[in-house]
Amino acid sequence: MRHAVPQPTVDDIREVIAPHLDREGPLLPILHAVQAAWGCVPDAAVPVIAEALNLSRAEVHGVVSFYHDFREAPAGRHVLRLCRAEACQAMGGKALSEAVLGKLGVSWGETTADGAVTVEPVYCLGLCACAPAAMVDGRVVGRADAARLDALLAEGAA
Amino acid sequence: MRIWVPMDSAAKALGAEEVALALRAEAEARGLEVEILRNGTRGMIWLEPLVEVEIDGTRHGYGPAEPADAGAILSGESDKALGPVESLDWMARQTRLTFARCGVIEPLSLESYEAHGGLSGLRRALQMSDEEIVTEVKDSGLRGRGGAGFPTGIKWETVRTAKAYRKYIVCNADEGDSGTFADRMIMEGDPFCLIEGMAIAGLGVGAVQGYVYLRSEYPDAIEVMTRAIETARAAGVLGADILGSGRAFDMEVRVGAGAYVCGEETSLLNSLEGKRGVVRAKPPLPAIEGAFGKPTVVNNVISLASVPVIFEKGAQHYADFGLGRSRGTIPLQIAGNVARGGLFETAFGMPLGEIVEGLGGGTATGRPVKAVQVGGPLGAYLGPGQFDTPFGYEELDGAGGLVGHAGLVIFDDTADMLGLARFAMEFCAVESCGKCTPCRIGAVRGVETLDRIAAGDSAAIELLTDLCETMTDGSLCALGGLTPYPVMSALRLFPEEFGTAREAAE
Repeated sequence: MRHAVPQPTVDDIREVIAPHLDREGPLLPILHAVQAAWGCVPDAAVPVIAEALNLSRAEVHGVVSFYHDFREAPAGRHVLRLCRAEACQAMGGKALSEAVLGKLGVSWGETTADGAVTVEPVYCLGLCACAPAAMVDGRVVGRADAARLDALLAEGAA
Repeated sequence: MRIWVPMDSAAKALGAEEVALALRAEAEARGLEVEILRNGTRGMIWLEPLVEVEIDGTRHGYGPAEPADAGAILSGESDKALGPVESLDWMARQTRLTFARCGVIEPLSLESYEAHGGLSGLRRALQMSDEEIVTEVKDSGLRGRGGAGFPTGIKWETVRTAKAYRKYIVCNADEGDSGTFADRMIMEGDPFCLIEGMAIAGLGVGAVQGYVYLRSEYPDAIEVMTRAIETARAAGVLGADILGSGRAFDMEVRVGAGAYVCGEETSLLNSLEGKRGVVRAKPPLPAIEGAFGKPTVVNNVISLASVPVIFEKGAQHYADFGLGRSRGTIPLQIAGNVARGGLFETAFGMPLGEIVEGLGGGTATGRPVKAVQVGGPLGAYLGPGQFDTPFGYEELDGAGGLVGHAGLVIFDDTADMLGLARFAMEFCAVESCGKCTPCRIGAVRGVETLDRIAAGDSAAIELLTDLCETMTDGSLCALGGLTPYPVMSALRLFPEEFGTAREAAE
């Protein structure tokens, strides 16, 4: 079950983007603000942002779709990011990812059926001297193993 | 009693928060008056969380600490005792110029920063003309620490002499190279150092606005940098009248959005402007037409963070370290499968083998070292046969590698080199901005070709070699242009894993 895509009103969206309109190069800060508010960049936001910045909807959509961070639908209740980069591979990161994905029954970028966990790949958290690295809802984990990640996800779910 | 527990995210990832909580609880239970301060990391990641306790004015280390060690650390009886931190071999052997304060001070304390030499470089720069500032950087021999190694002073000179009503200093804090964490470490451990470096750059080239384009993968660094900028602004280090000089410089953090290619400077500038992070053709150079079409200095975090010490101690002091045309110090980041991983700042010139075996202590698994990837995901794999190569720009280039971001990722003998070569192509395919064909299509074909090789088609090796040549020569930026480095170096070092031995045996 994926969380339903939020349907903010035009006024809701205008309120969120307003503080950023006078910044230089406002689009990325705006998209981050929108995602912080609704957990994703809802389709409804694209024309509102485009109008506010005097861009075409295609241009805004092009930016949203370019960056890995921006979602079309909200993630699960928890986001588990597993590092796939070389330093983590050197310490068994690949086997760890396979074990975690297998146990949760998802592929990269997918959310578990109960909507609890979204697993995403990340290419380097800067924790390369204590690999393999992971992040559970913004909390960093070094020398990660499947048991510790399970415990952290369970802790967050409680 | 003063105690330090690092707030660096590597320390946190290894349990620093829990250790800090345990120390506080234990001290309260015993009625001890302790002040728990949060520093950055010293860079000895294998000892994290590294607790430091002040005893007679000297900081003694305990690590790697666990919450259960709290009681023994407070009574001074812990078996994790390491002695005075500054005397540890790892610390004593370093030349800490850029990272002198990292792990020592509390990152968000401007008083602590000033007490350890901070702002003296900026004060000196405020007495100098723009030309003198740029000359000082040129004389230091500082080269871009992000990978390309371009002389920083020359870049600044181009921006200084460009005519425009507005110029920018952009700090590239989006170099998400695996095996490198120096940027993150200094932003979390000594953020004012980067601020000071950017302010000096602003004075040197006549820019009043700076941006730190920071990866979204570093939430702790984003928080520390943002708070440090607010503190610096409130204290008059940034703003319309820096340190009462009448000169202006201000800056802000811009958060990236998970695109690796935005570590490439022109793609970063597009992203900063709110566009897709697509690479721009050069010329025009960003120094002439950069952010918002204006002359822009784009420097890596470590390049800018090395500027304050150059102005504090003088260009010659900095240039006196190093070898050949690689002047000053370089923060080596030793990572991956390594017994003692961490950051070690030293003059250029240390042989690769000394770094891997002497500093790193070999692999964490205790197995033989098979290969070291130097410089990040776009760096070459080097084997033990090349361990006498000195760590320098020209020296590594001569060995078929590159300094890159000075990260070294160590692999033991279980590493699957064909798999790693395939990963390099896959990563390039995922992260390609799509602007140029050799990278966009080449990386996908590279994955397919490596799969053919893995399936036993050794005739595909020639195709792979040809493809890599096309990517090297035809790509617009370093992503497509350097992906062949890990691929071809893996093939050169371990041809038997790419099926050439199988062919010979048949």
